[in-house]
Amino acid sequence: MKTNDGQNQVQSLLEKKYQNGFLSRGEKVIPVLLFLMAAVSVVTTIGIVLTLIVETFTFFKQISIAEFLTKKDWYPFSKTDASYGVLPLLVGTLKITLIASITAVPIGLAVAIYLSEYASERVRKLMKPILEVLAGVPTIVYGFFALTFVTPLLRAIFPSLEMFNAVSPGIVVGMMIIPMIVSLSEDALSSVPDSVRQGALALGATKWEMTWRVAFPAALSGIMASIVLAISRAIGETMIVSIAGGSTPTASLDLTTSLQTMTSYIVQVSTGDAGFGTTIYYSIYAVGFTLFLFTLAMNMLAQRISRRFREEY
Amino acid sequence: MENVQKNIHTDEMINKIPVRLLKNKIYKGLFLLAALFTFILLVVLLARIFSQGASHLSWDFLQNFASRRPEQAGIKAAVIGTLWMMAVVVPVSLLLGVGTAVYLEEYAGKNRMTRFIQMNISNLAGVPSVVFGLLGLTLFVRVLFLGNSILAAGLTMSLLILPVIIVASQEAIRAVPKELREAAYGLGATKWQMILRVVLPSAIAGILTGSILAFSRAIGETAPLVVIGIPAFVAFLPKSVFDSFTALPMQIYNWTSRPQEEFHFLAAAGIIVLLVILILMNSVAVWIRNRYENKY
Repeated sequence: MKTNDGQNQVQSLLEKKYQNGFLSRGEKVIPVLLFLMAAVSVVTTIGIVLTLIVETFTFFKQISIAEFLTKKDWYPFSKTDASYGVLPLLVGTLKITLIASITAVPIGLAVAIYLSEYASERVRKLMKPILEVLAGVPTIVYGFFALTFVTPLLRAIFPSLEMFNAVSPGIVVGMMIIPMIVSLSEDALSSVPDSVRQGALALGATKWEMTWRVAFPAALSGIMASIVLAISRAIGETMIVSIAGGSTPTASLDLTTSLQTMTSYIVQVSTGDAGFGTTIYYSIYAVGFTLFLFTLAMNMLAQRISRRFREEY
Repeated sequence: MENVQKNIHTDEMINKIPVRLLKNKIYKGLFLLAALFTFILLVVLLARIFSQGASHLSWDFLQNFASRRPEQAGIKAAVIGTLWMMAVVVPVSLLLGVGTAVYLEEYAGKNRMTRFIQMNISNLAGVPSVVFGLLGLTLFVRVLFLGNSILAAGLTMSLLILPVIIVASQEAIRAVPKELREAAYGLGATKWQMILRVVLPSAIAGILTGSILAFSRAIGETAPLVVIGIPAFVAFLPKSVFDSFTALPMQIYNWTSRPQEEFHFLAAAGIIVLLVILILMNSVAVWIRNRYENKY
């Protein structure tokens, strides 16, 4: 009886503590606080979209959308005859992205296949950190490498290449996205179950035949998604192109001459002395918005590919 | 008759085997070559930078401010500035990142709202850093009147690396076994007590590993700083987070974009300092990962 009384006392104390005390208040307040923190990332997205839309709108009050989309020249700095046709910047971005993809996709896929299908555990353990370091090297370092090493090297081989060109930054952007393709494609290949591989090998396929006809197709959705994501990274890459690509907006498809991408235009204006409120100042938001739409579309495409074509084992 | 036909096929198959095996070997060689290429790439990259920058690396280089004369230029302001910026980035991004991860993993219901937040985070991770710079320029520099201060840059960088920290923390929290949570509940813990005293201590290694990698990204990221308008030529040390400053990648960018080769050597020396910092941070991350790996 006495012990029971004691228990009741403890129980009522505990109940008091939980119902009115600090603990119960904490239990109610904390989820709200955490939700607010989670909301920050949503607010950030809204902030980005809102910023870009509002400032782009201001830009389009001064320059018509039609001029932005259809004119073929980008001469914002001209005092007498400024022209804001985004096409040259798009062409510049396209050239860089194309060269980067041509460099990165074959090498990236080859390394991914090598790691997942051929390499021994020891080689894998050696290669992983190398790729991690390559992925962790800041883009400013790659930019320096492009300007002071790759460009002179290429110019020694092709003398017609200008100091600033599309090839050197394109190749180096490709190098930068290789680790991304490797790591995501290798994940996709590793998720193909071994029983499928063994089935192919038991039917007499060589390792290459098994890889090409069985493992690769089974992992295709993940591999495609990795390529799309890497291309999206290449489109948004800024410093390498700013340092080694020059600052000449041109719609020509010539790869040996100086060019300008959407990203490197934003950098050029930011480092220059275009004052707040000028048309040039607002133009970086219009260009940034265009860039944002491109990368967003690529990211959504990647998500859709990996969801749509995911094979379930 | 049928038997003969079968024999022909077998012959053909046997004849083809050497070619198939050769093909297998060639492809294996090509893949190995690609793997070697990435290795050589890393070696050349590092060798090139060290050979250019090592001779300019000295105590004076670390102690001096930026200068128009290359022989007197140093990176003191840039290193201190980067440290100041990280003093903003680390607490802000860690608090928001881990808080969001705890909410999504422990509190959020499996509903449309949660899916929306999750999708939003993965899309945010794909936004180019230069666009984050535009956000920082409008929101922090102009609207909140922070100017090109440490706080403006630090907050922009925090938002930039937030998705990385959230995803890493979510994975770490998800890896904590259910039994531990149930044991905590069984002992009478409330939900928040369980999270604070059981889940977070168990997940801390994973959270830190992912976060350190995110911090190294913030240290090396240049584009947002350029867009915000962080100056590259600073000859004083900041006294508070509201002061103007310069950061390591800005200083390197400034030296790289000068035409004189002497400044390129300085840029290489600056890159060495940057890489040493990043390698140290990554080593800490790897050490934490190995130390606490497979605890369960």
